[in-house]
Amino acid sequence: MGNEEKQSKILGDGKSKYRVIGTRPVRPDGVDKVTGRANFGADLQIADMIFGRVVRSPHAHAKIKSINVKKALALPGVKAVITAADFPELDKSDIAAGEVTVSFHDMSLNVIARKKALYDGHAIAAVAATSPEIAARAAELIEVEYQVLKPVMTWKQAMDPKSPLLHDGMITKGVKPPPEKPSNVNARHEFALGDLAAGFAEADVIVEHEFSTETVHQGYIEPHACVASMSADGMATVWSSSQGQFMVRAQVAKLCGMDISKIKAIPAEIGGGFGGKTLVYLEPLAVALAKKSGRPVKMVMTRDEVFRATGPTSGGHGRCKIGAKKDGTITAADLELEYEAGAFAGSPVMLGCMTGTTPYDIKNMRAVGYDVVVNRPKAAAYRAPGAPVAAFVVESTMDILADKLGMCPLELRLKNAAKEGTKAPYGPKFLRIGYEETLLAAKNSKQWNTPLGPNQGRGIASGFWFNIGGNSSASVALNEDGTVIVVTGNPDIGGSRASMAIMTAEVLGIEVSRVKPLVADTESVPYSDLTGGSRVTFATGKAVIEAAQDVVKQLRQRAAKVWEIDPDQVEWKDGMAVAIETDKYKPLSIADIAKVAGKTGGPISGKANINAQGAGPGFGTHICDVEVDPETGFVKVLRYLAIQDVGTAIHPSYVEGQLQGGAVQGIGWALNEEYVYSKEGNLLNTGFLDYRVPVASDMPMIDTILVEVPNPGHPYGVRGVGEVPIVPPLAAVANAVSHAIGKRVSALPISPPKLLAIIQSKG
Amino acid sequence: MSKHHISAIVNGDPTEFLCETQQTLLDVLRDELNLTGSKEGCGSGDCGACSVMMNGRLVCSCLVLGVEAEGATLDTIEGVATGDQLHPIQRHFLEEAALQCGICTPGFIVATKALLEKNPNPTETEARYWLAGNLCRCTGYDKIIKAVMNAAAEMRGA
Repeated sequence: MGNEEKQSKILGDGKSKYRVIGTRPVRPDGVDKVTGRANFGADLQIADMIFGRVVRSPHAHAKIKSINVKKALALPGVKAVITAADFPELDKSDIAAGEVTVSFHDMSLNVIARKKALYDGHAIAAVAATSPEIAARAAELIEVEYQVLKPVMTWKQAMDPKSPLLHDGMITKGVKPPPEKPSNVNARHEFALGDLAAGFAEADVIVEHEFSTETVHQGYIEPHACVASMSADGMATVWSSSQGQFMVRAQVAKLCGMDISKIKAIPAEIGGGFGGKTLVYLEPLAVALAKKSGRPVKMVMTRDEVFRATGPTSGGHGRCKIGAKKDGTITAADLELEYEAGAFAGSPVMLGCMTGTTPYDIKNMRAVGYDVVVNRPKAAAYRAPGAPVAAFVVESTMDILADKLGMCPLELRLKNAAKEGTKAPYGPKFLRIGYEETLLAAKNSKQWNTPLGPNQGRGIASGFWFNIGGNSSASVALNEDGTVIVVTGNPDIGGSRASMAIMTAEVLGIEVSRVKPLVADTESVPYSDLTGGSRVTFATGKAVIEAAQDVVKQLRQRAAKVWEIDPDQVEWKDGMAVAIETDKYKPLSIADIAKVAGKTGGPISGKANINAQGAGPGFGTHICDVEVDPETGFVKVLRYLAIQDVGTAIHPSYVEGQLQGGAVQGIGWALNEEYVYSKEGNLLNTGFLDYRVPVASDMPMIDTILVEVPNPGHPYGVRGVGEVPIVPPLAAVANAVSHAIGKRVSALPISPPKLLAIIQSKG
Repeated sequence: MSKHHISAIVNGDPTEFLCETQQTLLDVLRDELNLTGSKEGCGSGDCGACSVMMNGRLVCSCLVLGVEAEGATLDTIEGVATGDQLHPIQRHFLEEAALQCGICTPGFIVATKALLEKNPNPTETEARYWLAGNLCRCTGYDKIIKAVMNAAAEMRGA
């Protein structure tokens, strides 16, 4: 059974300087999650609750001529019906910045269509009734008159000037002078360094290739779900599964035209998000239905709704041209990307431009991206948004270049690897990063040196993600017995409670089991940005560390008070207050001090509210071994190794889990997953049977090597780890398959019929 | 239309409930009996998050009607631990960090228990194929399979 490669630390002297960081305790919320007690989005039931249901467009592109709700309202048990008319019309200038920019104007039209349905599954109206069955029947009674328009389904169609326009007045941004005519292209982005023409002129070898990918979904197992209740004084409570309760509060407030102070958002456990739960879909509808009906309203999406109307990330097209000297030194790179944003502007193409060539020190480069609207659901964030497709394009071209140079693809990467001081295409110079170390670890790995058999191929690819910091709050409260509670405002999407507990325990010098982490609602903890951008262990962790340090300061003061000495004469060592330079006083444990807190000044708690700076960029390198069945085109993944600079692994098991999970999502993206549309623009594969995410029998063990190059911007060296792992796999798989068959694979997913056609093609 | 009166043994206890004809067993467990440990991920038998044992057989409770449970013995995730003692499978899922978000975990644990009752000494491949009907989007399955193999070894007394 795999994982022979596992090395938690490949740098340094192997001795941990920490007491509990780097250990693998059982997660604090674990027991509830293995016994079925944890409450996820759909698990809440409250008194008097009724059930909401969304009416969705059966057309990909249509004008909404009229909506008649009379028959639905007349059905016994129906308590409320809403349409866009129940929501305020928002201004185009309402923008919220995040990992992916959000326009509230567009979001309001995405949550419920106003004049136009822009994709199959677009919400048109919603009903609430005393049972889910009545709500479903009522939904069918809502009569919508459509004027069906020609759908625009691909970036290519959308960019054709003869195609219909999705939106009036979309003038392409980033083009000078601005185009006079509107189009389906929202923006052109460009990032450049040096002199591209001069760079290519220096090259001995130039390669160029085109690639394409399809729309894929985050595929979280838990469908979106919420309960909203509104009291007669206009105070709303929203329970929902999301990546941020403060995000839910802000977006509901905006979309429903309410004050933030009138909304309390309570986070449920979240059953997977991967970026797809960084925005609201149901919550504003549930609030509006609750307001209208006077009853709490529960809404839960079906899987069909999840696929048709939430999530996906952009499919797209890319072209990459790279020039290099004979020795492999890259002299220039030119990248062009077209991403399908879905029905509203805002694909992650800009992030694709910023990340694609970033693992390499390329003096002359340009990346141009086009954000194109099509009649598909609006793209949401998906793990390192924009980067996987860009990396697929660039890392495949790197492979082609290595081939043309007659050079090992790993050596080509090593020769051009970004390191401390390298200027990134998006501006900054890197501080200490560990990309080279991931390549060296790959070179020395067992897998890289394992011989391959017939019809087998090996692919290597790298990837980069920024990782972010941002606003986080934390409080650490001391209980009477010396145990502590650490409160944050970030939903735990993959084990972050464990890392919060570990970091608190590290600062306080106590056992992890004596720390209870809590994720609080919007009225119980100060504001925090949402769980995303690989920011929680870094940024919220930083807040937790500062809050715990605040507690340590107070513990020293209290001990000083007991001993009647100056607090400067007390140090905190291994969980004890110790008087400096004297053994006159018996050291006091945290429990000793907690016991006498009332006599030394009252309860003890610490807090920190920060905007965390200094997030450490993340780099990873993956190696994929495949075997291709030449008769069917079926690809079997034989071995897979994910290597990443993780800064410092707070809980190595959950860090490995991020690498493994991201890798497998990427393998699914490469081999199986795609949205399949009919000519009319209807999504044909709206269930897990036909939208094929990887299952256990598809996969080998996913080996990992955690490279620890501490991030200088975090007290314990933490880098975000969650997003990088989905960046390299698309190209790692495609490169492996290309080597196995001896022909270049340029289109994802590499499904058996598609691959068989390539194998059987001439040339 | 009147509701059906159904009697079944749920996690060892005689249990009665009323349900409508179209309600699935999963609806009944979650909405009528408040056993929300079984999850609905798809409603079409593709994800396994709603896995329960019905008369000793592993089923997707979203594909069974509530009325079909008449006289049946049902075992759900809520009945896997004994009092405050976790089942070895549950313990190994925790020790191996075999869950991230945790939504698929109840289904995996119920399905693993069914596997090990049938085959106490599965190969890694057998475990992977048995669990192919349980989707996990977070872990990439690696740690789940390790937890299953370790739990199997412990339960065999190895």
